[in-house]
Amino acid sequence: MASVELKNVCKSFGSVEVLRDVNLSLEGGEFVVFVGPSGCGKSTLLRLIAGLEDITDGELMIDGERMNDVLPAKRGISMVFQSYALYPHMTVFENMAFGLEQAKLSPDEIKARIAQAADMLQISEYMERKPRQLSGGQRQRVAIGRAITRQPRVFLFDEPLSNLDAALRVDTRLEIAALHKRLADTTMIYVTHDQVEAMTLADRIVVLNAGNVEQVGTPLELYANPASQFVAGFIGSPRMNFIGGEVAAGHGAATFGIRPEHVDLSRDKGLWKGTVRLTEALGSDTFAHVDTETAGMVNVRLAGAERIGEGETVFLTPQTEAVHLFDDAGWPVRKAKAA
Amino acid sequence: MSAIPETSMPTAPVTARTSRLSRERIRSAWLFLAPMLIVLAGVALYPLYRTIWFSFTDASLDLLGEARFIGWRNYLEYVDYGNGDGEWFGLLADPRWWRSVWNTVWFALVSVSLETAFGLVIALVLHKKFPGRVWVQAAVLIPWAIPTIVSARMWAWMLHDQFGIVNDMLQRLGLIDAPVAWTASPETAMIAVIMVDVWKTTPFMALLILAGLQMVPKDMYEAARLDGVPPIRLFRKVTLPLIMPALLVAIVFRALDALRVFDIVYVMTPNTDATRTMSVYARENLFDFDRFAYGSAASTLLFFIIALITIGFIYATRMNLEGDER
Repeated sequence: MASVELKNVCKSFGSVEVLRDVNLSLEGGEFVVFVGPSGCGKSTLLRLIAGLEDITDGELMIDGERMNDVLPAKRGISMVFQSYALYPHMTVFENMAFGLEQAKLSPDEIKARIAQAADMLQISEYMERKPRQLSGGQRQRVAIGRAITRQPRVFLFDEPLSNLDAALRVDTRLEIAALHKRLADTTMIYVTHDQVEAMTLADRIVVLNAGNVEQVGTPLELYANPASQFVAGFIGSPRMNFIGGEVAAGHGAATFGIRPEHVDLSRDKGLWKGTVRLTEALGSDTFAHVDTETAGMVNVRLAGAERIGEGETVFLTPQTEAVHLFDDAGWPVRKAKAA
Repeated sequence: MSAIPETSMPTAPVTARTSRLSRERIRSAWLFLAPMLIVLAGVALYPLYRTIWFSFTDASLDLLGEARFIGWRNYLEYVDYGNGDGEWFGLLADPRWWRSVWNTVWFALVSVSLETAFGLVIALVLHKKFPGRVWVQAAVLIPWAIPTIVSARMWAWMLHDQFGIVNDMLQRLGLIDAPVAWTASPETAMIAVIMVDVWKTTPFMALLILAGLQMVPKDMYEAARLDGVPPIRLFRKVTLPLIMPALLVAIVFRALDALRVFDIVYVMTPNTDATRTMSVYARENLFDFDRFAYGSAASTLLFFIIALITIGFIYATRMNLEGDER
């Protein structure tokens, strides 16, 4: 059970500051996801923990031990790279054994560890193949297997699903969730730009934006109580409707936020009158983009395959308790009372 | 929108159309290749054919037109003296020829090995980021940018037994007692030629190897760092296997060059048995000794020896590249 703690961690490349005063405290055995748009510093943060980048300022502690100047190999971590980083000239077995041989484990121990990991990931039959003879999903498993065999205290994933196709991504996501359950003692840190991965995998999510930690919380906390307009827009799919102008001013805010699933649609009465411009039917849900007179374009979620014609006139009413209000700097204003 | 167009294509014409298309593609491919093939035939195939033809004749420089076919006599011929005695003649029985074959192979082997070793070291250094790297990269290339004739001449002067700076420096340092005739003495002539070739061609090797190093993905090294792999094991187990294809291409290029070496030997050490290469031997016979047919035979053999060594090398290394199951 390895806790990870970052105290006022800063990182600059030359004069470019990519991380500013990051304070985080991860409990042992936790699955934490760093999420944010590209360039927010999430991968850099992961690489600082791995030791692939030096910490410019601040402290990194693993299990209460200061790690700033400890070599990557001595930190008790494993990392799964976005590109898998398998050695192309070695077989699957050799790929997994390479680091273990370096750690001076006995050949029997190495074989046992690899067999166990291979079994867990169902890659036993590929042990003698080269990475180029494997599919993307198989390579991914080998990369995860290689990381498992090191029996790390902290498991790091750097966007591990981004090179897989959509169907495989969902499968692998589930496998990683299952892996976390099996390795319950291992702390896992997972970097992604995909908020769906973050929501489904994480015990806690760390939302990063432009080198700052915007919010830390459980997926549902972030969904229900975003600490900023950025988090509100980033978490949830499709994204929250942000409405400015009169509607927001009426609530004493600069921006009025409401998620598509929190808007009621009626054909005869409601708060905002508008015309349906576009519908997206996904089977389980239908999303209607409604052009309203007072609130501009609003995206509304309709349950099931409810049919609604494009060009139809409809009325929208936001659910009062689900409204989020933000000031012009993007910070939340007190919760709206009544619409 | 949903209606199927009436003119939907039946299957047969579709295949006819694609095959006509691919026929057209093949035709235009030949059209684009033709100029290159014609030029190649004119400047490479025809001279090669003429050389091989002359090697089976009694041609001399001033009587090229009246050359007569004499079979294998330029290569090997047994002359019976009629008294039960006889002697072998021809290229294959000429010890001077075999000496130059050996010189060439020795030169190629030693110089390419040294160039590979030094080139690798330089490439590894240049692959690291350090201030002024661009300048060092440019500086390293200078020896290669100098024309061979110029650098060979320059080194010939520097290695001069009486006035050369190399002897002067070595004497001042007390490393030698008397000046050494580097290029003239049979013991040192080959060493001098190899040294100058290494000086000149190492940058080329370094550049090709550097290109190979830059193709290795960065995360390979990062994964190795997480595994705590020390530098020497990293080089042996990761870097070297990954740059091997680039390295082998560079070695083939250099070996081809080294096997036809002419200019550096001709300028630095003319007329020495110690350094005479196959190219120098062929040229001597073609033009100096007026044995054009004999020189042609030497050229023909030179061509086949280089071709065989190259094919053998490529074959052997491909086996190595693919058959790495262990």
